[in-house]
Amino acid sequence: MVKKILSGSYITLVLFLLYAPILLLFVYSFNMSREIGIWSPEWGFDLYVKLWNNADLMETVINTLVLAFVAGFIATVLGTMGAIGIYYSSRRVNKTMNELTKIPMINAEVVTAISIALICTMFGFGRSYASLLIGHVVLTIPFVVLSVIPKLKQMDNNLYEAVLDLGATPTKAIFLIVIPEILPGIISGFLLAINISLDDYIITSFTKPSTFKTISTYVYDAYAKGGKSSSVPALRALFAIIFVVMIAYVVIYSFIQNRKSKREGSR
Amino acid sequence: MSGLKFSRKQLGIPYAVFLLAFVVVPLLLIILYAFTKKVPAGSETFTIAGEPVSFAVSNFSDFFSKQANIRVLFVSFGLAIITTVISLLIAYPVAYILAKSKFNKGGVLLILFILPLWINFVLRTAAMKELLYFIGMYKSNSFSFVNTLIGMVYDYLPFVIMPLYSVILKIDKSYAEASADLGAKPWKTFVSVTLPLSMPGIVSAVSMVLLPTTTSYVISDTLGNGNVTIVGKLIETQFLTMHNWHAGSTIALVLLVIIFLSMFLSGKFTEEKDESAGRANLW
Repeated sequence: MVKKILSGSYITLVLFLLYAPILLLFVYSFNMSREIGIWSPEWGFDLYVKLWNNADLMETVINTLVLAFVAGFIATVLGTMGAIGIYYSSRRVNKTMNELTKIPMINAEVVTAISIALICTMFGFGRSYASLLIGHVVLTIPFVVLSVIPKLKQMDNNLYEAVLDLGATPTKAIFLIVIPEILPGIISGFLLAINISLDDYIITSFTKPSTFKTISTYVYDAYAKGGKSSSVPALRALFAIIFVVMIAYVVIYSFIQNRKSKREGSR
Repeated sequence: MSGLKFSRKQLGIPYAVFLLAFVVVPLLLIILYAFTKKVPAGSETFTIAGEPVSFAVSNFSDFFSKQANIRVLFVSFGLAIITTVISLLIAYPVAYILAKSKFNKGGVLLILFILPLWINFVLRTAAMKELLYFIGMYKSNSFSFVNTLIGMVYDYLPFVIMPLYSVILKIDKSYAEASADLGAKPWKTFVSVTLPLSMPGIVSAVSMVLLPTTTSYVISDTLGNGNVTIVGKLIETQFLTMHNWHAGSTIALVLLVIIFLSMFLSGKFTEEKDESAGRANLW
């Protein structure tokens, strides 16, 4: 009994510490005070209106989302093709490609960042949208490949052969059999890629055009060089929105997972 | 048969070309830049991207001869090691309790611990800065290191909980029961059965935290009030502020060597690595 209470309160304490900064910003996103720590008698959605009217910040948000989707899409297409290619290659090629795939995951992000800055400058498009996109694809593609390969392993190989025997071309067989079988892996790879791209600061800062901003570089500039959010209180509203969207996402996700495991359980 | 497989293999060619062009060749470029130096036009051995250069090893002696740089290396590794140890100490009980708990059905409680990872990393760090201001941790400059440390533990804790949790969950209960049946006290069972069995989780947690905390300068820049410089920041300064790509690549190469040495060593300790292990199974 004592053990139970102890472990329960420990879990609660760590959770509280994890969420304390988040809750602080969340609560203050409804308060008009210029900075956190000073209560303002005014409460409401003013900061959200300010966020909406802040053209610079809104453009930054859209930039970030577009970049994440485009990079995530390219990484997913290229990575899925790569995963299929790797999986059906000879053992040696398979092993080498697997090791190469992991390099951007293992490597320090700042090293990856300068390596991409170097190669893109060499090719003549350093610090452009192209170099930024390439940087994000390099960063996210290993996660796509590593999400897809386990699904390929689970797949029943006979299906592919059977469809070929029935007269389908290999291309058709891939779209008809392989892609639907590994789709869960592709989707989770895509979501992972988007999330990692949204999160990135270092590669972005090394490869982006100088006037281009993402949420990460915007917040970094506001906080690392300045002091606190007092320069841009609307960031509190942005933070709160991201938090709520994430909670909604996770709730929906676990709901789907729950139903899936129930269905599997009843089988 | 081989004809059929060929078409599936071919799908991998664009990916292989992409890896070669933007992962392998760029790393070779870092080596090239690290061993060359900008020289006045006319005396060059060759040119890279229109810049006259010749071979030199002085980049390395320049880097290692500066006391400040050595200090930065020590600070980086020190902060990273302390962060890793504190994170493990906080995370292990969490992972253990979650793995044994009945309330954590289907990992619902676990999701609460992972959820903060979905919020932008820089924003999360900024939120921590607001909290630290709120509780008065910026009243004195002497808190800079502590603040950075708190931020690092805060940002990387979920990365430590996750691998520990999945390893502890897999440990067969009967080992602990056997140990108890044979008369071992609970703590003895923990030290000599559960803890050794959770080593793979500890190793993968360490590998996920140690390197980013050594090099990722976002946290130290945001929370350190300008008093904490880590090695990643040195590279950034050489590249983006000093525009000395050769010096920047030199530091990057030093890091690369350390990374691959440690990968090689940790690879020796964990004979067979789980394919899905690492950051990929966090989400």
